Amino acid sequence: MSASTADAAWTRSRSRAAETEYVEGPVKAFAVITLFWGIVGFLVGVVIASQLAWPALNLDLEWTTFGRLRPLHTSAVIFAFGGNALFCTSLYIVQRTSRARLFGGDDMGWFLFWGYQFVIVAAALGYVLGITQGKEYAEPEWYVDLWLTVVWVAYLIAFGGTLIRREEPHIYVANWFFLAFIITVAVLHLGNNVSIPVDLAAGGFSYSAPAGVQGAMIQWWYGHNAVGFFLTAGFLGMMYYIIPKQAERPVYSYRLSIVHFWSLIFLYIWAGPHHLHYTALPDWVQTLGMVFSVMLWMPSWGGMINGIMTLSGAWDKLRTNPGLRFSVTAVGFYGMSTFEGPVMSIKAVNSLSHYTDWTIGHVHSGALGWNGLVTFGALYWLVPVLWRKSRMYSTALISWHFWLATLGIVLYITAMWVSGIMQGLMWRAYDELGFLQYSFVETVAAMHPYYVIRMLGGLMYLSGACLMAWNVFKTITMTEAEEAMPARQAAGSAVAAG
Amino acid sequence: MHDWQPVFTSLWVIWFFVLFGGILVWILRPSQRAKWQERGSIPFRDDAPTHRIPR
Repeated sequence: MSASTADAAWTRSRSRAAETEYVEGPVKAFAVITLFWGIVGFLVGVVIASQLAWPALNLDLEWTTFGRLRPLHTSAVIFAFGGNALFCTSLYIVQRTSRARLFGGDDMGWFLFWGYQFVIVAAALGYVLGITQGKEYAEPEWYVDLWLTVVWVAYLIAFGGTLIRREEPHIYVANWFFLAFIITVAVLHLGNNVSIPVDLAAGGFSYSAPAGVQGAMIQWWYGHNAVGFFLTAGFLGMMYYIIPKQAERPVYSYRLSIVHFWSLIFLYIWAGPHHLHYTALPDWVQTLGMVFSVMLWMPSWGGMINGIMTLSGAWDKLRTNPGLRFSVTAVGFYGMSTFEGPVMSIKAVNSLSHYTDWTIGHVHSGALGWNGLVTFGALYWLVPVLWRKSRMYSTALISWHFWLATLGIVLYITAMWVSGIMQGLMWRAYDELGFLQYSFVETVAAMHPYYVIRMLGGLMYLSGACLMAWNVFKTITMTEAEEAMPARQAAGSAVAAG
Repeated sequence: MHDWQPVFTSLWVIWFFVLFGGILVWILRPSQRAKWQERGSIPFRDDAPTHRIPR
């Protein structure tokens, strides 16, 4: 090959590389903001846990009462922390596995970033100021819902457009999960937020269009599938890319991952009625929800086994890669909470567990254990990759984070199991004359020690996230000279060995 | 029309079973095993476009 031909080939190659250069600026922004909103959400969680233990912390101010801060906490962790993590990883993964630049380029990425942050801030202000449509996980009023619809349609166009222009013939399974998450959340959001504005002066107050038990059923069709498609399908997309990358080997069984996908898609959407056992909902609908919930156990565990077995032959990496430890422990919590959920959906069990702290413990084993840990694991892998660093600033800090988070979760969920089962048993206890054995206030007083333990667990989880924020900041700002120095592993190795 | 509803309901259930069964056959055919497993390595081909080195 002559020199001029080689030069021309080089030029063509470089121009092609420029064309296919991935969009990374907005992905980096999503990574940083994920951590920021995570800390905000965990902090508000610790505050409201403290309010339950010590009610004086409500401060007698309407803006700081538990009733207003609780949706602020749930939305901050689910939609701000979890949502930004999903934007971050899905936009990164779809480009890499499609070998295609994001459809719409940087402008699209930045629109999604700022558009979604506006939704979060508008929703948060509404919660604190008492503007709400009173639907769990769907509290924002219609005008915030409309703006979220615009952002979400743009997200679908960006994601779908990138898939359409892919160079890779096959759509990798992570993208199937992400696409299901994006499409289903759009359908759920539109279906559950049909409302009639009646008073523009009072924060745009509206009434929900479906009333009574129909409204309740639509709400929990939405609510449970927010868990199924936002907190499960989306994060499974993350898992099916990040764990193979961390373990440096393909997923254990690709065919099982496809079976996992279709089973979840076929089953999850029917499980919502288990939130309305022993209500005015027709009995057959309750039973339908219970049966589909129990059936969900099998595909969930198929996915868990697939994730964990990806480490087959590489278990030693768990000792040396604390980021991978986060991801694998997350999959363990996924397995645990997807076993506990079907058990709790059985009507006989639900008659004890419903409305008690057991449900809160179950939700947090999924949220803190599965969604939180898998996000931390993904970010510990993604941050050095995005900022072109060879490693995280401190391995020891990652290990500290891991143990603080894991022990915090254990404290949280064990306290809530004990508290919830005790609460359920106290509510249904009768004396020999057929009267209730305990007054409600006695059950509340009995909860106090468990509420303190729960708050301490949350505090540990928050502390771990703060360590992560410092580690990420130092990694991003690390100079080449610092990078060349050995990683601060001593404490991490000691902890790992322990 | 109302009289036909149970028939449509049953047909819809059967259709779903057939659809899901078809998906399982499509995925689990032994002849396609190698092809499916090869697709699992897509995450390791993700750097190709921006790292092409001219010959």
